[in-house]
Amino acid sequence: MPAPGSKINTLNRFEFIRQGLGRVAAFGLGVVGGVTAFGARKKNTVWQIDPMKCTQCGHCATACVVTPSAVKCVQSYPICGYCRLCFGYFQPNAPELTSAAENQLCPTGAIERKFVEDPYWEYNIKEDLCIGCSKCVKACEMFGNASFYLQVRHDRCVNCNDCSIARQCPSDAWVRLPASEAYLLKHMLHPATQLKMELPQWTTPKT
Amino acid sequence: MDHPENLGCLCCASSGPERLRTMAPAWRRCLFALILLSMLIGFLIPVANLAADEMRFPAPNFTSGYKLPETTIPEPTSEARQWIDVGVLLATLSLASWLAIKKRTRKGIFALMVFSLLYFGFYKQGCVCPIGSIQNVTLSLFNSNYAVPITVLLFFILPLAFALFFGRVFCSSVCALGAIQDLVILKPITLPRKLTIGLSMIPYAYLGVAILFAATNTGFVICRYDPFIGFFRLDGNAPYLYLGAGFLLSGIFIARPYCRFFCPYGVLLGWMSQFARWHLTITPTECVNCRLCEKSCPFDYVEKPNLGLARENRAVGTQRLGYLFCVLPLVIILGGWVGHRLSVPMSRYNHSVMLAENLLMEKSNPDLKPSLETTTFRTQGTPEAKLMAEAQLVRSRMNAGGWLLGGLLGLVFGVKLIGVSVSRTQKDYEVDKTHCFSCARCCPYCPSDAIHKGNFVPGNPAYDAALTVAKQEGTTPEAVAKGKRA
Repeated sequence: MPAPGSKINTLNRFEFIRQGLGRVAAFGLGVVGGVTAFGARKKNTVWQIDPMKCTQCGHCATACVVTPSAVKCVQSYPICGYCRLCFGYFQPNAPELTSAAENQLCPTGAIERKFVEDPYWEYNIKEDLCIGCSKCVKACEMFGNASFYLQVRHDRCVNCNDCSIARQCPSDAWVRLPASEAYLLKHMLHPATQLKMELPQWTTPKT
Repeated sequence: MDHPENLGCLCCASSGPERLRTMAPAWRRCLFALILLSMLIGFLIPVANLAADEMRFPAPNFTSGYKLPETTIPEPTSEARQWIDVGVLLATLSLASWLAIKKRTRKGIFALMVFSLLYFGFYKQGCVCPIGSIQNVTLSLFNSNYAVPITVLLFFILPLAFALFFGRVFCSSVCALGAIQDLVILKPITLPRKLTIGLSMIPYAYLGVAILFAATNTGFVICRYDPFIGFFRLDGNAPYLYLGAGFLLSGIFIARPYCRFFCPYGVLLGWMSQFARWHLTITPTECVNCRLCEKSCPFDYVEKPNLGLARENRAVGTQRLGYLFCVLPLVIILGGWVGHRLSVPMSRYNHSVMLAENLLMEKSNPDLKPSLETTTFRTQGTPEAKLMAEAQLVRSRMNAGGWLLGGLLGLVFGVKLIGVSVSRTQKDYEVDKTHCFSCARCCPYCPSDAIHKGNFVPGNPAYDAALTVAKQEGTTPEAVAKGKRA
């Protein structure tokens, strides 16, 4: 017979079941945490567009939660042909090859055209103007060297857990990359530049 | 550069002879444009036949010493910053536990809540939060291609571990979604019990659907329908902003509507919190049944004592309980069947299933205009059988998941009914440990607390409440604070 006030008698059946369930909950949490931690990786991931899969549907300009989109056109200088008549820069029926607004394909005038030497012209993207509509990308891929391509710019991307562009992408071009290798640069992937970069092993399809 | 020429004219790329007849004007327009374009290009392209992998225009040989500019690559948020966030989470959780359990101060909790709203909400812009991390953890458990980052895993585990020891302190002052709703609680009303029991099924369903969708790689629904993220980013799509505004407006009267009736993470927190080793209590000493805290909780999570109430006839209660236990398997099977019926519409949210369905539909009905998705799929040249197999797999998984999820929901509903129909003897005013957010609103209403701290004087909420009661009953606030009123 325990002494009055001793703790032994205070544990009734209800409390016993409660404590047992509490331990089950703790154990369950531990198991889920442990199993997940076993496969977890140290690095964080970011979203990126695989330029070889992108079909320039235009969703990147409209679906992003950031306005204007965090996806921008990027110029790959090693691939660019430095053409005088750039199909990414000029309207298909441009009256003349000048930087006048009516000649430009870009709806926001985000491409800068600079003379280098005869007959070469340099084309740069002004990222604060670019809305990621991919008009220039499409034209450059169709008629040029395809040096324009879309990339997620990580100074603007808020890295949503559920990227709303990836959800709408018709060509499965969105991948998760390790934050340390956050870009898929085309001149690294392009066969002609001989610098073929392998996609990291654990890039995942869009979710 | 996969066959860029295929992208030239989308409506010609995949048209059979029958399509030619039905789409004659479009075809002609396309052809015309093609001829025009080829004439234009003819002047510029020296090589007629281009291999896809080669550059159309050779890289220029600059003679003026021009150097190729580098493509800038702005770095994403650094790894260290992610760890700082984990540190802030740990610190705020610890502080919240101390404030709720040791200090029992609403003011402290409120200040911490505002900090969390500013930091996790407006500064971090709400990603990744513990609520959404459920899906990352699920995806990594079911999909070997995806490994969850360790910081995200910590965001998932830490609040649950704290709930196991200190209750839902995460809800009280760390969660930004809870904080934004807590700020607008102005005129809380008491909802009918039947309604709250019905509504409290939604979080279970939401959690189940979120896990099912994440496990089948269909999408992250919790993030997609996050009502407040648009406010945190001060940017977003109109429907979600309206949804968030709706939650905030209704939150003026129905305190924390998202937390109580939608939050899927709250379900997990509740499971942990009901076994909390130390939990916020209304009184620091002994409950004297003064009833001053009765109305203090805007969420109705203060449970009243039932010691002196008339007890129901034991036979009636036993019989009802027996009926409920008989009904339980039926509810489970019914739930499973409903889940199974819903699995097909749910699977349509999956990219592969939707694409496969659209492809089949366009095959059976050639008059349909090909959608952007199907056109892109055809130009990419992935074998159709592979897609179909993938879609089939998602379908079958959704079906199994539908049975399981529906059954579990049925079980939860049945257990809830049983829980409502039995009552345990309770002699004190206590918080509902499963649901209580540990917001410490009730603490200042307990006169024992004020007497304990030596500030049971005018101006103290407990004193003022006791004074009101005392005036009605013709006694003194001190007498009210002694409690044991009829």
